[in-house]
Amino acid sequence: MTDWLSPAEWQAVSLSLRVAFWATVLSLPIGIFTAYALARWSFVGKQVLNGIVHLPLVLPPVVTGYLLLLTFGRRGPVGEFLEQTFGIVVAFRWTGAVLAAAIMAFPLMVRAIRLSIEAVDPKLEEAASTLGASRAWVFMTVTLPLILPGILAGSILAFAKAMGEFGATITFVSNIPGQTQTLPSAIYAFLQVPGGEASALRLVIIAVIIAMGALLLSEVVSKRIAARVSA
Amino acid sequence: MTVAVQITHKQGDFTLDVAFDAPEGLTVLFGRSGSGKTSVINAIAGLLHPDAGRIAIGGHVLQDSARGLWLPPHKRRIGYVFQDARLFPHLSVRQNLTYGHRFSATKAAIDPVVEMLGLGDLLNRRPAALSGGEKQRVAIGRALLSGPELILADEPLAALDEARKDDILPYFERLRDEVGIPIVYVSHAAGEVARLATTVVVMDQGRVRQMGPAGEVLSDPSVTPVGVREAGAMIEARVGAHSDDGLSDLLIGDLVVTIPNCSRQIGDLVRLRIAAQDVMIATQAPQGISALNVLPATIKSIRMGDGPGAMVQMEVGGATLLSRITRRSVQTLGLTAGQKVFAVLKAVSVAR
Repeated sequence: MTDWLSPAEWQAVSLSLRVAFWATVLSLPIGIFTAYALARWSFVGKQVLNGIVHLPLVLPPVVTGYLLLLTFGRRGPVGEFLEQTFGIVVAFRWTGAVLAAAIMAFPLMVRAIRLSIEAVDPKLEEAASTLGASRAWVFMTVTLPLILPGILAGSILAFAKAMGEFGATITFVSNIPGQTQTLPSAIYAFLQVPGGEASALRLVIIAVIIAMGALLLSEVVSKRIAARVSA
Repeated sequence: MTVAVQITHKQGDFTLDVAFDAPEGLTVLFGRSGSGKTSVINAIAGLLHPDAGRIAIGGHVLQDSARGLWLPPHKRRIGYVFQDARLFPHLSVRQNLTYGHRFSATKAAIDPVVEMLGLGDLLNRRPAALSGGEKQRVAIGRALLSGPELILADEPLAALDEARKDDILPYFERLRDEVGIPIVYVSHAAGEVARLATTVVVMDQGRVRQMGPAGEVLSDPSVTPVGVREAGAMIEARVGAHSDDGLSDLLIGDLVVTIPNCSRQIGDLVRLRIAAQDVMIATQAPQGISALNVLPATIKSIRMGDGPGAMVQMEVGGATLLSRITRRSVQTLGLTAGQKVFAVLKAVSVAR
């Protein structure tokens, strides 16, 4: 693999995988919580929350990236706080790429999980509570197992979206080889220089393979889970 | 252990305002749909939070709005059998049965429950592979194994066909007679009530219309919550003898009624259901009549209906019987309270 890919190309692939992995894993708990809140609770500002969650889906990605820069940049309110309090800097770092990818992928993840939560009959949860299970236990033993296919679908979607995220990432963390140059940024960069087409093509092939692999994996796993949950 | 319930609750235009005690045995909340029965047991289970009231099982207070006390469902130790079973689809029958077991303080043994409900062959199956009747049996077992102080059942047979109902009813009889946990059972089927109820609480438009021992309430001509067609008395009788021609003699006091298809042992106490519209009245002992059961009776009361019908309550061998006849017949025969007559029973069946 390393023979076939140049170090720069390999870096871009491994960085993208790392970014997509962490973006998916870190946003999953928040995604499940948000999806549950939107599906099951009624509270003031529910429509506002729904709007904010879906905003990255409809905003130009560059706008999202710029807003991230304004907020999480070293002089942005949150960025400054993070740096002074914890010494964490996300702008122009790979961790910033994780943040950008997570935010861009979040609406897809929440939608998939929310749909699966809405498909769970609340009567089953009522039944569990009459049997002595607390709310948290009901969620862990009834709701969560029943929405596993939705969680998986949402995670795969989010992973694929995070792999391919370009606009917000390049605006927020730029395109620094070895640090913030993800697979799409690398393809874009190779296409800008003469003789870069071959590198770009190799990365395109890898992007297609990863995407197809993810889709196939999700099909197989979700079928297994669905069979276990319903039959 | 007595279950004491007193609740008021407003839901849109509907007001629930009930108070009753459910003593040992099986108490049926009896009424037509929309009378508030399900709301009452949901309030007992904690699935509905009533505006005000007090609910207690013996000394265990579940709700007392005067003290601001309200326990959430999982702290109530109640076994709820729902109309639609509500088994967990992702768990096996065994896992469904033991779901509430971990929370149970008493840790009832699993095997006797499995045996009582005939679940041995189903343990490793998924709910999707069970028939409606099997699902309901698992649901009963699951409720029992959660170590409840009280069992609630919300029309548990309503979703089953007639044959399946006959399969499940005996299990509720065994719960009532053998397990010793009070049961509150919602129903709108008069036959079910006659067969199962120890106590009947009649509900109508969110209020308790009448309550008392089953025999008493069901033979009260003023109580016909699901319509006069369904009205009928429940009488306990003892199996006296079986004949070769398939008929059996049952004893009500010192009177004998003869019925077909009784499979119970001699000496067994069975509940007979005698629908009011299956009882005729004769002022003289009828001669040459095909009906097997003609019993001397004394009229206790006559209640004229709003339409052409009338409900006559009679005493027969110490039990009470209802007969639905026309007002014209009451006038033609000159029936009055206290009169000695003959009750002609067109059909008698073991309650089911």
